[in-house]
Amino acid sequence: MTQPVTPAAPEGSVAPDRSGALSTSSRGTRVLGALSLVGLVVLVLFSFAFSKPDAELGESIRIMYVHVSTVTAAYCLMLASAGFSIFAMWKRSQFADLAAHSTAEVATLLLGLTVVVGAIWGRMTWGVFWTWDARLTSTAILFLMYVGYLAVRSLPAGFRARSVRSGVVNLLAAAMIPVVRESVNWWASLHQNETALTLDPSISGLQYFTLMLSMVVFAVLAVWMVVHRFRVAWLEDQLSEVGLDAAIEARRKEAVGVVS
Amino acid sequence: MTAVAVLAAVLAEITTDTWWLIALAWVLTLGAVALYMASVIRRGRRLSRQVPESSRRWM
Repeated sequence: MTQPVTPAAPEGSVAPDRSGALSTSSRGTRVLGALSLVGLVVLVLFSFAFSKPDAELGESIRIMYVHVSTVTAAYCLMLASAGFSIFAMWKRSQFADLAAHSTAEVATLLLGLTVVVGAIWGRMTWGVFWTWDARLTSTAILFLMYVGYLAVRSLPAGFRARSVRSGVVNLLAAAMIPVVRESVNWWASLHQNETALTLDPSISGLQYFTLMLSMVVFAVLAVWMVVHRFRVAWLEDQLSEVGLDAAIEARRKEAVGVVS
Repeated sequence: MTAVAVLAAVLAEITTDTWWLIALAWVLTLGAVALYMASVIRRGRRLSRQVPESSRRWM
């Protein structure tokens, strides 16, 4: 089988490197991806075939298996992102800065899904998709804060400026997490209190097991997503450095040509 | 007009029927994750072709 012929790179640009594996996959990510896939299949089976309707929530408990697990994974990633941002600002670590970005992006997606799925659950339980309830409103504000963080990161700036600017926004957003968590206790709220992660959970048996399973599956899935996203961020960063080096080299050649 | 009426009836059914709403929640969650990851992996493949192998140490 013949190799595909690639056109010659223009002068001053970097020739594409086609050696080695050309993706963000590795053995680790393949294992994580396979575990996530198998876990999701098992979770769907437990959620729809084995788990019975709840005495209080009825069939809507089947939505809880995605709603609770996505929000738990999102909170964990947001806290991790805040930790990475602190480390990036303190040690000027580019690795930590990219990790903060990757975890925050995946967390924003999962939190957005939490809000949407929560609205669907609200339609079933309360009869409306949205109400200005303390938990719903504070979660929507938290989501918008992370969208703001991603917007700040996309502003053109050097590594240091971007790291500090976005790090401050990230920490402000992370400070909102306890407010969201406690909103059901601090203000009158339609939203139910803690269901599973308490000393006295309000569900038990197979429903409790399915809820715990969903959290584990989404945790593995979130790690898999973050690893891939981090590698893409790393490649983008490397590419911008390679592009900068090529531009400097081209300018240097120009200058030598003018002098001679 | 008939198409609009049919669409309205379908939407009314989807937004009131329990099983439609449960399916919608699951499909939206898994579908959004799948679409996002497809775009991330595709971006990773495209970028990998432009970056020297020494900068892709996880391979």
